Amino acid sequence: MGFYLAQVLTGLANAGALFMVASGLSLIFGVTRIVNFAHGSFYMIGAYIGYTLMQVLPGAVGFWGAIILAGVAVGLVGLVVEMLVLRPVYKAPELFQLVATFGVILVIQDLALLIWGPEDLLGPRAPGLRGVVRIMGEPIPKYDIALLVITPFVALGLWYLIARTRVGVLVRAATQDREMVGALGVNQAWLFSGVFALGTALAGLGGALQLPKGGADLLMDFNILTSVFVVVVIGGMGSLPGAYLAAVIISVVNVFGVTFLPQSTLVLIFVVMVLVLMIRPFGLFGREEVAGEHGQVGEPETPIHPAGPRVRLLVAVGLVILAMLPLYGSSFSLVLATDILIFCLFAASLHFLLGIGGLVSFGHAAYFGGGAYVAALLVTHANSPMELAFLLAPFGAGLAALIIGWICIRLTGVYFAMLTLAFAQLLWSLVFQWGEVTGGDDGLVNIWPSEWLKASTTFYIFTLIFTVGGILLMRHVAHSPFGYALRAARDSERRAEATGINTKRVRWMAFTLAGVMAGLAGGLFVFSKGSVFPNELEIARSFDALIVVFLGGVKTLAGGVVGGAFFKGVEEILTRFEYWRLALGLLIIFVVIVAPQGIVGTLRNMFRRHVKDET
Amino acid sequence: MLEVDTINSFYGKAHVLNDLSFSVDRGQVVALLGRNGAGKTTTMKSIMQMVVPETGRVSFLGQDITRKATHKVAKLGIGYVPEERRIFTDLTVMENMEVGRQPPRDGAVTWTEDMLFDLFPNLAERRQNRGKALSGGEQQMLTIARTLMGNPSFVLLDEPSEGIAPVIVEQMVNVIRQLKADGLTVLLSEQNLHFAQAVADAALIIEGGETKFHGTLEELNAHPEIRDAYLAV
Repeated sequence: MGFYLAQVLTGLANAGALFMVASGLSLIFGVTRIVNFAHGSFYMIGAYIGYTLMQVLPGAVGFWGAIILAGVAVGLVGLVVEMLVLRPVYKAPELFQLVATFGVILVIQDLALLIWGPEDLLGPRAPGLRGVVRIMGEPIPKYDIALLVITPFVALGLWYLIARTRVGVLVRAATQDREMVGALGVNQAWLFSGVFALGTALAGLGGALQLPKGGADLLMDFNILTSVFVVVVIGGMGSLPGAYLAAVIISVVNVFGVTFLPQSTLVLIFVVMVLVLMIRPFGLFGREEVAGEHGQVGEPETPIHPAGPRVRLLVAVGLVILAMLPLYGSSFSLVLATDILIFCLFAASLHFLLGIGGLVSFGHAAYFGGGAYVAALLVTHANSPMELAFLLAPFGAGLAALIIGWICIRLTGVYFAMLTLAFAQLLWSLVFQWGEVTGGDDGLVNIWPSEWLKASTTFYIFTLIFTVGGILLMRHVAHSPFGYALRAARDSERRAEATGINTKRVRWMAFTLAGVMAGLAGGLFVFSKGSVFPNELEIARSFDALIVVFLGGVKTLAGGVVGGAFFKGVEEILTRFEYWRLALGLLIIFVVIVAPQGIVGTLRNMFRRHVKDET
Repeated sequence: MLEVDTINSFYGKAHVLNDLSFSVDRGQVVALLGRNGAGKTTTMKSIMQMVVPETGRVSFLGQDITRKATHKVAKLGIGYVPEERRIFTDLTVMENMEVGRQPPRDGAVTWTEDMLFDLFPNLAERRQNRGKALSGGEQQMLTIARTLMGNPSFVLLDEPSEGIAPVIVEQMVNVIRQLKADGLTVLLSEQNLHFAQAVADAALIIEGGETKFHGTLEELNAHPEIRDAYLAV
């Protein structure tokens, strides 16, 4: 009995930081409609700033003062980020806002590396709370008890602010109809900045509070993000009680998982999440996020057209130039071109899902890495020939997409996005933790193509055929009746259903096709590199693909491909520098603010303007 | 008090307002009449700068307000009561009114919740109810009450009689007359000519985003052909 109580208490203590980060994310989303990807980064710098302050400030007052100051400092950083990065993009398509926050993640990662160095920092222990208390004979750290007490107070304070004050009334009103709030004389810019600062301050506070339990390291940002998304999905976006309850559930399940099923803690959390979603699709306390509420409707979609003769000619010329590359390019350029082609196919598959299907997946790397692992596992464990393993890669990834898609397409919008990310993390942790089969962190090596494909020239041509084939197939599907149905479901789900389109099935199929194509790219990838590591499945890889699609332009068919080529090229140059993340992050933010149509969209607009001027 | 000077407004590529000009004097109740799609709501939104006119000028109390932020327009004393009501359905009646609260303003009535509950007795009984629990008529009253909490000197009322019960329409007529007696200036868009006739001093008829008639209601009544051309269904 004492043992179970101790487990529950530990779970409740762990829920504190998680709740603070999740409620901050929820608040920010409610008012600004931005899913702040960088929220984990604010949590991370909260921990780092708290650590530094604790070194400087003495004693118990210093310790608690450092935690509060860390929250305030992070809130100020959040304020600056909101004003510099987000304010210019509130009117941009919401997908661009996501990319902007991803740019912020990269910048913060490198700044943290620059300031605090690469070593993990061990959090100082709280003065006066070093020992344990025995409850029914079980040792419970005193600091856990402190957290247990503090968290409900923070939650109550937050609830009071939102439920009982004028600021809270304005925040809730803006969550529903921000344009109307403006028409009643409330300065939205001020409200947005305030909410963003408050939300990030909560994340910073969470980061600093968990220092004595977890310390500070550079992986904290992505590590917390999955848990936070799971909490928000379970609790319901925008609900404070939901965030609290879900944080408690997740933390308690986690603590019991560590004790009884140490290998599958993450799986357990996902089981809980899927169960909740089966019963309440918008979380325990959430409500459906209605797209296109007042003041939140974007520009209507421009219909896509099959390429005209000029573009076709251009593409044909481009393909000829690519096919002839072995004749004039160096062997390095062949390897680089292979990389770029594979990445373009991966990006194009996400673009298909996102641009044509309107389904924003945050976890598309699951199918890219999944395909790569299917092939690698077959070669390693079943000794299967390369050709067979390569063919089965897209099938394996497609099967995963079929199963995950079946669950995910039940939800839409942010819930869909977070769920896809959560599943990608599930696959990642499976691969990462199941060392005997997948090699864990060491990956799988010696996965080379057959003799006839060994030469970099042949493999390049092989890659060219499959990537171009895959991209053309997706273009073809986009213009097929299925593509029309998919676009109809994207533009107006209800009207599409009224005309007899089974929107869920159409989306499910699109999700699966995108998975198959990403798996194909993964299969090509593993044989081009000869190895695969878990990082091909991780969040950062999914985000790479998202960035590429946005950079290229969501609303243009060529967006994925052009963005992919551009991104790989830039990455190739930037990764030679030590602080390439910083540079890439700033570049992304710059592009988002200056060219919100993406590369293809911006070029097209320039071309149109040019044509208009002439006539 | 309000000057709209040759404005052109667009929704994307659709040209909705075409060189529209008119003015409203202090203390007047002007009815903006026209069929569906004539540009009545866009006129209102163009005054609020929720739709920013591409060309032309809107000025209020002699001050150019074109391209100003919407909240600044509201702060100058223009209250906006939108067509689709747009109350905050998750907030209570009291909270909805709180969102509209602004500091007192010279030359305008300073409203309190109690004064508004006198004006709209139905709302008084429902002050702790959420917006979504209200009837259509109650929601309409709440939008007006919410806007009045900002102590405006000028109010834009977009189709206040639309979709509500006749008995409530009757009540609205009385409310608008009372607001006028308090010195409030009103621009009211309507499709219901009877409603407009019951409250307005002047009428402005638009069609295709252009002014077709501007004059007193007596003048309009003297020219039934105008009414038939632009208002008859």
